[in-house]
Amino acid sequence: MKKYSGFSLFKHSLSHHENWQAAWRSPQPKKEYDVIIVGGGGHGLATAYYLAKVHGITNVAVLEKGYLGGGNTARNTTIVRSNYLWDEASKLYDHSLDLWKDLSQDLNYNVMFSQRGVLNLGHNLQDMRDIERRVNANRLNGIDGVVLNTAEVKEIVPIINDSQDIRYPVLGASWQATGGVARHDAVAWGFARGADSFGVDLIQQCEVLDIVTEEGAVVGVKTNQGFIGAKKVACVTAGNSGVMAAMVGLRLPIESRPLQALVSEPIKPIIDTVVMSNAVHAYVSQSDKGDLVIGAGTDSYNGYGQRGSFNIVEHTMSAICELFPMFSRVRMNRAWGGIVDTCPDACPIISKTSVKGLFFNCGWGTGGFKATPGSGNVFAHTLAHDEAHPLAAPFSIDRFSTGHLIDEHGAAGVAH
Amino acid sequence: MHHIYCPYCEEMREEEEYSYTGEAHIERPKDPAAISDEAWADYIFFRSNPRGIHHEMWYHAAGCRRYFNATRDTQSYKVHETYKMGEMPTITAATVAANQVAKGDAS
Repeated sequence: MKKYSGFSLFKHSLSHHENWQAAWRSPQPKKEYDVIIVGGGGHGLATAYYLAKVHGITNVAVLEKGYLGGGNTARNTTIVRSNYLWDEASKLYDHSLDLWKDLSQDLNYNVMFSQRGVLNLGHNLQDMRDIERRVNANRLNGIDGVVLNTAEVKEIVPIINDSQDIRYPVLGASWQATGGVARHDAVAWGFARGADSFGVDLIQQCEVLDIVTEEGAVVGVKTNQGFIGAKKVACVTAGNSGVMAAMVGLRLPIESRPLQALVSEPIKPIIDTVVMSNAVHAYVSQSDKGDLVIGAGTDSYNGYGQRGSFNIVEHTMSAICELFPMFSRVRMNRAWGGIVDTCPDACPIISKTSVKGLFFNCGWGTGGFKATPGSGNVFAHTLAHDEAHPLAAPFSIDRFSTGHLIDEHGAAGVAH
Repeated sequence: MHHIYCPYCEEMREEEEYSYTGEAHIERPKDPAAISDEAWADYIFFRSNPRGIHHEMWYHAAGCRRYFNATRDTQSYKVHETYKMGEMPTITAATVAANQVAKGDAS
């Protein structure tokens, strides 16, 4: 892999940028790998990268039925934060946040991680009590956070509507200054390029049609490019995890739902932080291009169609316009839906299964992007050692029968 | 936005009148104390979550306030049928697959 640098940029400018090395190879699949990762999104690619880099396992293939980072990695609102309520979740997401900080250097790829701070608004007394509880829990776990009142929120976001006679008045917020946003595509591409440089085969347009087992153990996968053997198969397929599990007769505690987001036309810099509101199901930030990036809620029903209901978007936009009246005249450019794998306790499943050699990393639901490096990091450990990483252990699928759920639903300041 | 036929009101109504309440035809174990934790977890949390034909419950919250069942395609979002509680679906993944085979034979 040729390193990117200021000097290489200058050197290639002399040849009109026509001689850059391809960021990754497009190899033919081998007959057999040590590990097959199904799903070439951010989490799958990060898993491959850390498997190769940290654990030295490089005979790895990432199979992607479409193109790299074309699913939920391309469809989210790029928010990164770690202010989760429960110890297990906050430690996992904070591990991820730590990796984000050096990720551009580590990957030699600018993921444009920008720690511009994240506000989670409170609109009633109960919201504010929950926020205080969560911020206190965060601080005990070493995660920065403060509780702000209306005036302090207004100071950070001067364009917010602070009048107290609106339907959902801003009574205050939690503020995580180390949160922010990152460039979603660059994260997938950076991990892909990094994994490829260690010899990982990234195979696109390769759809897994069946998982082949013998005597209760995985021996490989049947794909549209033929059979590929592996003793370990790791499914990192987000919304399609249920479909993957059904191939070996397993069921998951997951329902797949469309989650929508939309972007406006590009406007001049107007909001330099991330504003989220759990209660009104709306969140907004501004991309470096200038578009407002707006996240909506999930549809209530199961769906795989990568599009959502219009009434959900309408609901979100009415909330955004009330919070930011000046946005009422901004035109929206594009809206889209991603299929998120929602878990009953709004926490992921990073786990072995009853089938030997079959692993799942799924259930990230509406908030997986922020966890991309951490998820890949702990899942790679789980795959390499055949035993859960200490941070991943509480997220075993067993928790649904032991009852040790990690109930982040509504507690994490998330628009679930 | 779905238009869904309420089998009790006998009218097409907009999606916003309804609440989705999850997979249908899940029977509560007769004697919860007698079954294993795994079986109880399967009843409470685990779902079939198919891509394709799905039988699900809807609640007509802003209408007759009754629960009914629907057969819907989770890929195309087409609502194939709605039917009253206690009734069984006439369209299932098996019948749809059989229809596709029949059509394939004809062409």
